[in-house]
Amino acid sequence: MSCPVRSDPLRRDAASIAVATGIYAVSFGVLAVAAGFSVLQTCAMSLLTFTGASQFTFVSVVASGGGVAAGLPPALLLAARNGIYALSLREVLRGGRLRRAVDAHLVIDESTAMAHAQSEHPEKRRAFLLTGLGILLCWNLGTLAGALAGGAIADPGTLGLDAIFPAVFLALLVPQIRSRRALGAALLGAAIALALLPVAPAGVPVMAAALGSVPFLIRRRG
Amino acid sequence: MSWWAVLALCACAYALKYAGVVLAARTSPDGAARGSLELIVVPVIAALVVVQTLDGGDGTIVLDPRLPALLVAAVLIWRKAPIIVIVLAAGATAAGWPHVM
Repeated sequence: MSCPVRSDPLRRDAASIAVATGIYAVSFGVLAVAAGFSVLQTCAMSLLTFTGASQFTFVSVVASGGGVAAGLPPALLLAARNGIYALSLREVLRGGRLRRAVDAHLVIDESTAMAHAQSEHPEKRRAFLLTGLGILLCWNLGTLAGALAGGAIADPGTLGLDAIFPAVFLALLVPQIRSRRALGAALLGAAIALALLPVAPAGVPVMAAALGSVPFLIRRRG
Repeated sequence: MSWWAVLALCACAYALKYAGVVLAARTSPDGAARGSLELIVVPVIAALVVVQTLDGGDGTIVLDPRLPALLVAAVLIWRKAPIIVIVLAAGATAAGWPHVM
């Protein structure tokens, strides 16, 4: 008997990432409720904002007494990279106006990286949808569980959860290095992020790293 | 907590995603532009790896169990291990790493 998840590597990868994200979402639910958000507000954030780094930043600033006005700018700086992702997914986000409007909600780190890690077009779209929808489900279930359970759950760092995501993104980055210029852009992007990390506000190092592609774009056109 | 803040975050986060989709739809469909748009994301993902491994919060760089976990993952990626193996190995390495760094 064949298991649909095991026989399909794409589905298996998407499911592994979605489950890891779901476990991480539990700690978001705990943190948000502890910061003073209601269970309904916490769930609304995961369903409608649906971009983890922004949600964590927003809730952390509020938890540390910064207020919602102080929490919004860094959260939106982090969310801005999704715009860059959407731009890069031109070939994947095809279809009518409504279709694209729905797809836009699924544009996050993981769905973008999974799409670009595939080399053929139909697989890119499938990777994007499987990852985006899988995470949408797990992220919201995890948030609800965390919001209801409250402080009974351990810090993600102690479970090694915070180490999973850089490992996954490295795994999804490697297949995207298909040329010398992609390698150059990746190294320059990493260097920009490293240089800005100690001096720039949260969100800026990752956004600014997009500039790492510029010298390699110019060389190609010239 | 006020609902306006929650809904403002939701609305702005979606607007940023949708802006990218709209901009992408307006670019010309020729091969060179397509390749360029795809290249933009490569340094961003690379930056994500760096930041998520070294960010200690509040503008500090910290070396903690995330780094050995990333190195273990790098070896597994080189050996072409599936993502589920990478997820489990990275998590186990970080969770089991003595906090001495």
